[in-house]
Amino acid sequence: MSEMKFSDEHEWIRLDGDIGTVGITDYAQEQLGDVVYVELPEIGKQVKSGDEMAVVESVKAASEVYAPVSGEVTEVNETLSDAPETVNADALGAGWFVKIRLGDPSELDKLMDEAAYSAFTAGLG
Amino acid sequence: MAATSRTPGTITGNRGLQIEEPLIFEQGTAGRTGVDLAEPVPREDRLGGLAREGEIGLPGLSEPEVMRHFMRLSQKNFAIDSGFYPLGSCTMKHNPRLNERLARLPGLADLHPMQPEATVQGALELIDSLARWLKVLTGMEAVALSPAAGAQGELCGMMCIRAALEAKGDARRRVLVPESAHGTNPATAAACGYDIDAVANNARGRVDLAAVKAKLGDDVAGIMLTNPNTCGLFEDEILEIAEAVHEVGAYFYCDGANFNAIVGKVRPGDLGIDAMHLNLHKTFSTPHGGGGPGSGPVVLSGGLAPFAPLPFVVHGKEGFRLVEHRGRSEDEGLSAIGRLKGFHGQMGMFVRALAYMMSHGADGLRQVAEDAVLNANYLLAGLKDVLTVSYPGPCMHEVLFDDGFLEDTGVSTLDFAKALIDEGFHPTTIYFPLVVHGAMLMEPTETESKASLDQFIATVRGLAAGARSGDAAKFHDAPKLTPRRRLDETGAARHPVLRWRPAPDKAAE
Amino acid sequence: MRYLPLTDNDRQAMLAAIGVTSIEDLFADVPAAARLEAPLDLPDHAGEMEVERAIAGLAARNLSPATAPSFLGAGAYRHHLPATVDYLIQRGEFLTSYTPYQPEVSQGTLQYLFEFQTQVALLTAMDVANASMYDGASACAEAVMMARRITGRNKVVLSGGLHPHYRETAATFARYSNAEFAAAPPDVEGVEDLGAMIDGETACVVVQNPAFFGHLGDLAPLAARCAESGAIMIVAVTEVVSLGAVRPPGEMGADIVVAEGQSLGNPLGFGGPYVGLLATRDKHVRQMPGRIVGETTDVDGRRGWVLTLSTREQHIRRDKATSNICTNSGLCALAFTVHLALLGSAGLKRLAAINHSVAVRAADVLGAVPGVEVLNDTFFNEFTLRLSKPAGAVADKLAQRGVLGGVPVSRFYPRESELANLLLVAVSETNSEADIAAFAGALEALL
Repeated sequence: MSEMKFSDEHEWIRLDGDIGTVGITDYAQEQLGDVVYVELPEIGKQVKSGDEMAVVESVKAASEVYAPVSGEVTEVNETLSDAPETVNADALGAGWFVKIRLGDPSELDKLMDEAAYSAFTAGLG
Repeated sequence: MAATSRTPGTITGNRGLQIEEPLIFEQGTAGRTGVDLAEPVPREDRLGGLAREGEIGLPGLSEPEVMRHFMRLSQKNFAIDSGFYPLGSCTMKHNPRLNERLARLPGLADLHPMQPEATVQGALELIDSLARWLKVLTGMEAVALSPAAGAQGELCGMMCIRAALEAKGDARRRVLVPESAHGTNPATAAACGYDIDAVANNARGRVDLAAVKAKLGDDVAGIMLTNPNTCGLFEDEILEIAEAVHEVGAYFYCDGANFNAIVGKVRPGDLGIDAMHLNLHKTFSTPHGGGGPGSGPVVLSGGLAPFAPLPFVVHGKEGFRLVEHRGRSEDEGLSAIGRLKGFHGQMGMFVRALAYMMSHGADGLRQVAEDAVLNANYLLAGLKDVLTVSYPGPCMHEVLFDDGFLEDTGVSTLDFAKALIDEGFHPTTIYFPLVVHGAMLMEPTETESKASLDQFIATVRGLAAGARSGDAAKFHDAPKLTPRRRLDETGAARHPVLRWRPAPDKAAE
Repeated sequence: MRYLPLTDNDRQAMLAAIGVTSIEDLFADVPAAARLEAPLDLPDHAGEMEVERAIAGLAARNLSPATAPSFLGAGAYRHHLPATVDYLIQRGEFLTSYTPYQPEVSQGTLQYLFEFQTQVALLTAMDVANASMYDGASACAEAVMMARRITGRNKVVLSGGLHPHYRETAATFARYSNAEFAAAPPDVEGVEDLGAMIDGETACVVVQNPAFFGHLGDLAPLAARCAESGAIMIVAVTEVVSLGAVRPPGEMGADIVVAEGQSLGNPLGFGGPYVGLLATRDKHVRQMPGRIVGETTDVDGRRGWVLTLSTREQHIRRDKATSNICTNSGLCALAFTVHLALLGSAGLKRLAAINHSVAVRAADVLGAVPGVEVLNDTFFNEFTLRLSKPAGAVADKLAQRGVLGGVPVSRFYPRESELANLLLVAVSETNSEADIAAFAGALEALL
């Protein structure tokens, strides 16, 4: 498995072969507060980098989750519909949202690594 | 822990006048009813084999049981009849009971909307009178009365704007909406197929004229502005904004939610506004009813009038008449956007609003605005040294504070609001508008006495002192004296239970 | 001025406390050019007695269905309202309370809305309902938008048996969207087959039962056809009392049910305010528009109620909301809930049975009048007559004779000359044998 990469919309992605697992960052789940619902795309959906791909909701806020890369959605995390709190508990692990078969792996190069993302969120105050 | 704290020390769980009440579905006896109806005359049915066969599942209660149930529920509500609602942006003013009596006159309440027009001339004249009052008060040429509530009024007004632009050949693409706007504004513009372009406020809490000008262009359909705005301030550059908007051929939609501050003092028609909805349940005292019904008439400029929705009342040769379909001329609804709801509008609300306007008259309505603004500024004067004023005054009918004064106290705006509840006040509007941190928006309205305001000021000052003296725990625990204390909204949303269902063993029977 | 507590002394003291000399100082931000100096061309204030006299004068110029034999329906129905209903909705704690955003001081409103949601789900035989919409027509328009969100499709099929106001309202709401409407012609005989209008692009099919012209239909085959094409079946009910006698939409495969709830608890009121019902299946809950109340617990573990799933709504989602709707029809929903609580299953069934029985009698008596043909084989409490003369003029003349004898179809379809002689007749428990005789007699004299 490759290292985790991050988008400026607070998504993470980790590549395994040509499949990327995508979720939202710890910073994002903290900002949202208690997650109450996650709306996931249909399997087979084609997404482009930057497209709205999912929605994550807390009691008082709803945020779009954007596809960090282009490709086809191959799997979604069904456990989130019954246990949305997983996003809060383990955003970078069990709280993943979707798996995407990458159309263009070079898109990963545009994303931040962990250090860059840490610096980015620190700058958001 | 729950077991000890849920018991208020009584066997029943009741606390004096505060009585616990189960759901109606958990009461009653199957098969009984609280209404006496004669046995139907047996006749061969014409239901075509589609009779309902299964159990419906509604509980059977007698009249006294129903009465007691809903009485007990009523006693768990705060209401303007019983206390002060300093709820910004909502205009919780006194609801006169004369209005209720008149709305219930059999010659109005029992009328069917589809009676022959000759049999409802009084009702149509009443609608026409209401229209005249609203047009004169706003200085606008036309009014569409049918929208069911403010949000539908917005939809109506924005649809008229789009229709007018399309009639000129280009619907355009963008609508400018200030960041401080009510959520209905962007939702409405989106429903009309427009992209939303947010406009920043300036440091004085007003929409920034330069920012508006920078965003204007020939693809802008209009701007949606609230005036007085949601920070409780009059948009003092409104004439310049209107001029700039009109210069690019766009329209000026005004959210009239805050008309109470200026009724009788300023006419929206003199501000360059093209369309504005009026919430009859705000400025014109029709009851909020726990969240409706509302009524949202829209006043329109002459240029937008031809697009007003169906139906509307006109003066005919033989009295008043309803135009219910698109006719052959613009006076007959040729260009109307269509119909927004069933029948003719919220007639019951029209009666109440007209009775209210007639009671106050032109002189009284002007006094309404003056007293509403006076009361808000009195709150500002009484609280400005202990709370954090977001923008310097004078304010209009409501005053905005932010949570600066709570910094490092461990008390949030929400905690502060909940503490007000224990003191017998409804909380202020909180976390709205979004343009300041931890907003507290207070609107006293003109129907609060000086004594009432003095008591509120003293209470808020006391709470502010308490928060700063380190008594955060008290705020976190509040409210303690209500029928229920803070509720788990996260749990409600994660695992929604949206209706009662019979217990599994009963369902199996 | 009886509604204003401040005295002139108060005002002076308050201005002094604020630190200004005149009220005009507080309006300093209003540009001078925009200040209204001239008096408005409106009367000055009036006492309670004067206002009452003026409005009562207007009321007296109407012919009230309470005092004349009345057979008017077409989406709004006259029923007897128990005295308890109006008393309870005038309790100040219900009448003058705000939207229950602060749940600790709004448990009364929240609990009755939860009860309302449950009643609506039971009546329609659906899983779940919202806390009400403006009225049946706007609920229908919202349901169409909801179906388009669920399916991601844009084609909307409207039955010819759907109330014309519902058809028009749905079209207005979607005016600036990419929805395509296919509206079947008015289905006077109750024989339409919408199957051919449904294809893989269809978002939803909207039908009404009992239909606008009164017919009842088994919607199960249509539901199957919709399911086959992945379309949503929306069923509208304009007369909720029918649900005490007629198989509910939820038992015939409806995906969304919308209804006008006025018949329970709410007076005719010349068309409003009414209360729209919207119910659906559990799986579509998050696509529902409007307010929803849910069950929860407070910090002491006691059961309570809150507004929930509000991330669908405009005050959070802003331009991405499911609808721009903000208000519901709270007090009208309370009237509905109280009336239905009084009726219970037994009372509702009996009320519906009386309505049907009296309507059967009226159809037989009116059908025997020369020049009158009853078009319906099936109906609940409303049916269509074909008269030997244009119905609009007949209805006007009936009114002159003191009988509010039905709604001419031409009021809804003024340009369809083939419908000119049709009269919609609604009958309820409020109609006596004498009313029916008076109607039949007047009709006979006019035809």
